Amino acid sequence: ASQQLVGVVGLEVHAQINSNTKLFSGSPVRFSAPPNSLVSFFDASLPGTLPMLNRRCVEAAVMTGLALNCTINKKSYFDRKHYFYADLPAGYQITQQRKPIAVDGVLTYSYFGEKKRSQMIRKSVQIKQIQLEQDSGKSLHDDDRSQTLIDLNRAVGLMELVMEPEMKSGEEAAAAIRELQLILQALGTCQGNMSGQLRVDANVSVHRPGEPLGIRTEVKNINSIRYLARAIYEIQRQIDAVQSGRAVQNETRAYDSKSVPMREKEGLQDYFMPEPNLPALIVYEDNASLPTGIDPSQAVVVQKIKDRLPELPGVKRDRLVQTYGILPEHSFTLVNEDGLMEYFETLMKTTQREPRKVIGWVTNELLGHLKQRDMSVSQPISPAHLAELLKLQETGRISSSAAKQVFQEMWRSGGKTAWQIVQEQELGLVHDSAQLHSICQKVVDSHPDEVHAVRNGNKKVLNKLIGLVQKETKGRADPVLVKEILQ
Amino acid sequence: EWLLVVWLKIYTENKPHLIISNLVDKLERLALVDFRTKQGLECLEKAIRFADQLHVVDTTGIEPMDSVLEDRALYLREDTAVDGGCAEELLKLSRKTVEEYFVVPPGNIPLPKKEERSSMLKHSEL
Repeated sequence: ASQQLVGVVGLEVHAQINSNTKLFSGSPVRFSAPPNSLVSFFDASLPGTLPMLNRRCVEAAVMTGLALNCTINKKSYFDRKHYFYADLPAGYQITQQRKPIAVDGVLTYSYFGEKKRSQMIRKSVQIKQIQLEQDSGKSLHDDDRSQTLIDLNRAVGLMELVMEPEMKSGEEAAAAIRELQLILQALGTCQGNMSGQLRVDANVSVHRPGEPLGIRTEVKNINSIRYLARAIYEIQRQIDAVQSGRAVQNETRAYDSKSVPMREKEGLQDYFMPEPNLPALIVYEDNASLPTGIDPSQAVVVQKIKDRLPELPGVKRDRLVQTYGILPEHSFTLVNEDGLMEYFETLMKTTQREPRKVIGWVTNELLGHLKQRDMSVSQPISPAHLAELLKLQETGRISSSAAKQVFQEMWRSGGKTAWQIVQEQELGLVHDSAQLHSICQKVVDSHPDEVHAVRNGNKKVLNKLIGLVQKETKGRADPVLVKEILQ
Repeated sequence: EWLLVVWLKIYTENKPHLIISNLVDKLERLALVDFRTKQGLECLEKAIRFADQLHVVDTTGIEPMDSVLEDRALYLREDTAVDGGCAEELLKLSRKTVEEYFVVPPGNIPLPKKEERSSMLKHSEL
């Protein structure tokens, strides 16, 4: 029997730094501007221009490195990576190959297991390094006229994050990227939109433990987290098929991967050389280590940045568990879905109910509906309205099943309050003893056989009688009360 | 430096011709210069031996200098927009433009293989 195949996934992430200007020039960074309108002489690689490093980019890289538990290199260097391609007018990209600004970090992430859907699996992946580098321009291929159009607006600052190939599946990769996205967004160093600001390339292969890695496939420029998981899964499946001799190497792919640009072919061209126009980048540990008389605008101090770090997703999750006593699985969901945590916290402010009772409504009912319609928390049901519904349920005005019905109706009607719907659809629980008594009497009178069975000790039949009462009252009878009366 | 050392080793140790051929091909592609003649290779060998004189210098324990800027501090710029907005001026420099885009050929044109190049030259008008 063949040994179980194990997937090997390595991710390379390019995160566009959230700054006002580019990495090496004072040109603005803006989304969707007219082509070449954000380009300076340096960006166009005109002779005689020199790179001017953006302080904000350095701070962003240090902040990101700290959030990922990296060692910050106090001295890091810039290099030129040469290759010829039209959207790289200089003929080289300024990057950090020898000694990048941050190394040896760790990204911890979690995801819900396949077998036990409710159980969370915690994993971690090592971050090999984080380096600052330039982005290239953008090429638009016009195949009809056999030409390419170049827009040099994009040459913004990038943080390249290299992860060790420790992940095994698309699921793990997707969870890791989602966590990275949340961290970067919390830090404000990258807006994390996967259609351009956060670019992920995956190297995927499959092997039997102990054997050398087999075929390796690269997928570039994946633009959604869901697609990342799917693409990796597909590749692994196909590699497995090829290696087991079940399929031909050039089997058509079920997904479309962007073709690798010719710039990287054969490694013939990308040779490195130190960037002679930029001396070493020095960052200082703390104020004490600053040289005397240094201009504060010229000093990046790691300790200062550490002190300014905002609350990271992991810490947020722990705080929610501590404050509200909810399960880690729930707090994971709250933080993972945009806006859900805020919704929950607002709700908790207006309701008196216990968090553990409320959380189900948010993570199951509300989220379930949102996911069905592929919406984000745009609050078709405001926290205040949901709080009211919960109060009705708690005070016994409606049953649990009726509450769910009301929820559905609140969703559909978009704006009606819980109480309105309860009244309109007559879903309120009947507490009137006299009314219940008469209904129970009626049921008892019409089912003498069942009554006899109950009197003889058959408790199960009692439930049937309760069911009949419920039918009479259209489910509005308070079941506890009914049971009492019948007995 | 690694290239020089490897190259010299190959020359002095009389390794098989195939290895040299691949290296020469690589160099030719990077330099875009054909030098595979006897004269060309001799010239290359002389150049390498000349550069080898660097090895005479003892550099143990000394950090390589990669910039004449040495210990100069790297200037950090404020993150305020002061550049850009000169599309018209820049586009004037390009022979061909389309709606404010620079126009270039569709992708790199790869240098043909050595055999193809020779046959191309044979049939060219030059």
